[in-house]
Amino acid sequence: METAAVEVTDLVKRYGDTTAVAGLSFTARRGAVTALLGPNGAGKTTTIEVCEGFRRADAGRVRVLGLDPATHGARLRPRVGVMPQSGGVPTGARAGEWLRLVAAFHARPVPPEDLLERLGLTSAAGTPFRRLSGGQQQRLSLAAAVVGRPELVFLDEPTAGLDPQARRATWDLVGELRACGVGVVLTTHYMEEAERLADRVVIIDHGRVVADGSTDELTDARQELRFDAAAGLDTGSLLAALPAGSRVESAPGATAADPHRYAVLTDAPGGPGPEFVATVTTWCAANGVLPEGLRVQRRSLEDVFLELTGRELRES
Amino acid sequence: MTDRQPSAGTFTPAPGAAPLHRMVAAQAAMELRLMLRNGEQLLLTMVIPVLLLTGFSLTSVIDVGTGARVDFLAPGVLALAVLSTAFTGQAIGTGFERRYGVLKRLGATPLSRFGLIAAKTAAVLCVELLQVAVLCAVAFGLGWRPAGGAVGALYAALLLLLATAAFSSLGLLMAGTLRAEATLAGANLVYVVLLGLGGVLFPVDRFPAALVPVLEALPITALTGGLRAVLVDGTAPGLLPVAVLALWAAAGTALAARLFRWE
Repeated sequence: METAAVEVTDLVKRYGDTTAVAGLSFTARRGAVTALLGPNGAGKTTTIEVCEGFRRADAGRVRVLGLDPATHGARLRPRVGVMPQSGGVPTGARAGEWLRLVAAFHARPVPPEDLLERLGLTSAAGTPFRRLSGGQQQRLSLAAAVVGRPELVFLDEPTAGLDPQARRATWDLVGELRACGVGVVLTTHYMEEAERLADRVVIIDHGRVVADGSTDELTDARQELRFDAAAGLDTGSLLAALPAGSRVESAPGATAADPHRYAVLTDAPGGPGPEFVATVTTWCAANGVLPEGLRVQRRSLEDVFLELTGRELRES
Repeated sequence: MTDRQPSAGTFTPAPGAAPLHRMVAAQAAMELRLMLRNGEQLLLTMVIPVLLLTGFSLTSVIDVGTGARVDFLAPGVLALAVLSTAFTGQAIGTGFERRYGVLKRLGATPLSRFGLIAAKTAAVLCVELLQVAVLCAVAFGLGWRPAGGAVGALYAALLLLLATAAFSSLGLLMAGTLRAEATLAGANLVYVVLLGLGGVLFPVDRFPAALVPVLEALPITALTGGLRAVLVDGTAPGLLPVAVLALWAAAGTALAARLFRWE
């Protein structure tokens, strides 16, 4: 059987007294997109840098394309593309010059000019790295990660700080890499990015995996009923009005003055049906509650993250 | 999840490293372009040596002893040129590459560390060749008459190569262990101190006798002394300068190999 693209088992990495990664395990399949999703400081970058061979694990086992990156770096480097979170390019090097250099390190590179054009960098090809915009620098780093036609690429926060158009271009490229059979492991703190791109999402918090699976698996592919209302709703009374196997969750609004967000779930197959919605609204009417923004929708990774960690993904 | 058949396309994996010589040539060309594009570095490597050579050859501000002034100054300024490129320029350039994660990023490419050092050395030698050509042309224009003939030129080249090894390893040692700002300050300071004390412009025997052995143990003094023996006196460089340079090169390389931190 073919080995996994990345196999991390019980990885531990400490910096002095701080434990950045505390026994983390996950597997990334070849030719698939795997997203490490978590807030800043969760240990995503440390994990990916151990896989890239930049850092040594304090404990645990890491295999990339079946090899140990700490000892087989020379064999892995031609096969693995890397996009660091920032920098990595001499400030005086011009965009095109840098991509041609990285291409020259590989036996059968993608023509650098084609890649520049795809990523909208043709007009910036003669611009020194320090004078590129943040988004152009990110795209150049992405181009350099894939120019050598690797089997596997590690992308650390590939769309952080990009405008929507550049983010779309990056997503398209990741989609094309996947279609061509290139394995992609990316870190992100945008749940939309993970939902959209990843075959498998590994949710990381405080250096540990808190959930791992496809988006469908993580969100149970289930619908829930949601509405906003003033804090202090009598959820016990609402629950009593609903069929057995129902659940009510609530989360505070962004500020104390904002209404709470309530989610009503049922374990009935297919989620909340018309009758279920009617039961909830009837209870609201009887109790003088206006359920603002009432909707039935699928749970998002954001909800899953909130549920698992008690924190919002984007605020951390 | 259903298994997909990957379609053939632009990014269909076809990994592989280029041959080492191609990687080194590409990296060396990049290093060379970056060096020649850097104005401050050109000031240090070209403008200052040329100004010192012409200025002090045409005026008698400093006492260089008997003989034509340019005959004394040309070897010193050649030594300074090598110091500025192999040590100061390389230390500062590499220090900032380390700071900006360039060394780390290159470490993720098929280019090995050996390949990177080889490329940096090749680029340094190219710049030095350019410096030697320009400085020799200026010196000849000022009436320089080097002694030693072809054998002398060969000796001089040997000394310059040995000094390049010593200065490069010390420059990389500095770049790989200190913060970029500290390297910037330190490398410039060392340049000025060695310019003053190392027999570049001022004969070493003008310093107090007690200090002379210390100064002669410096790599820059070994280089200026050796070059003058060859190009002024027309003799072999002598064992001491060669031994001093070789020791510095060996110590610098051993320490850099041990202590250099790539990020």
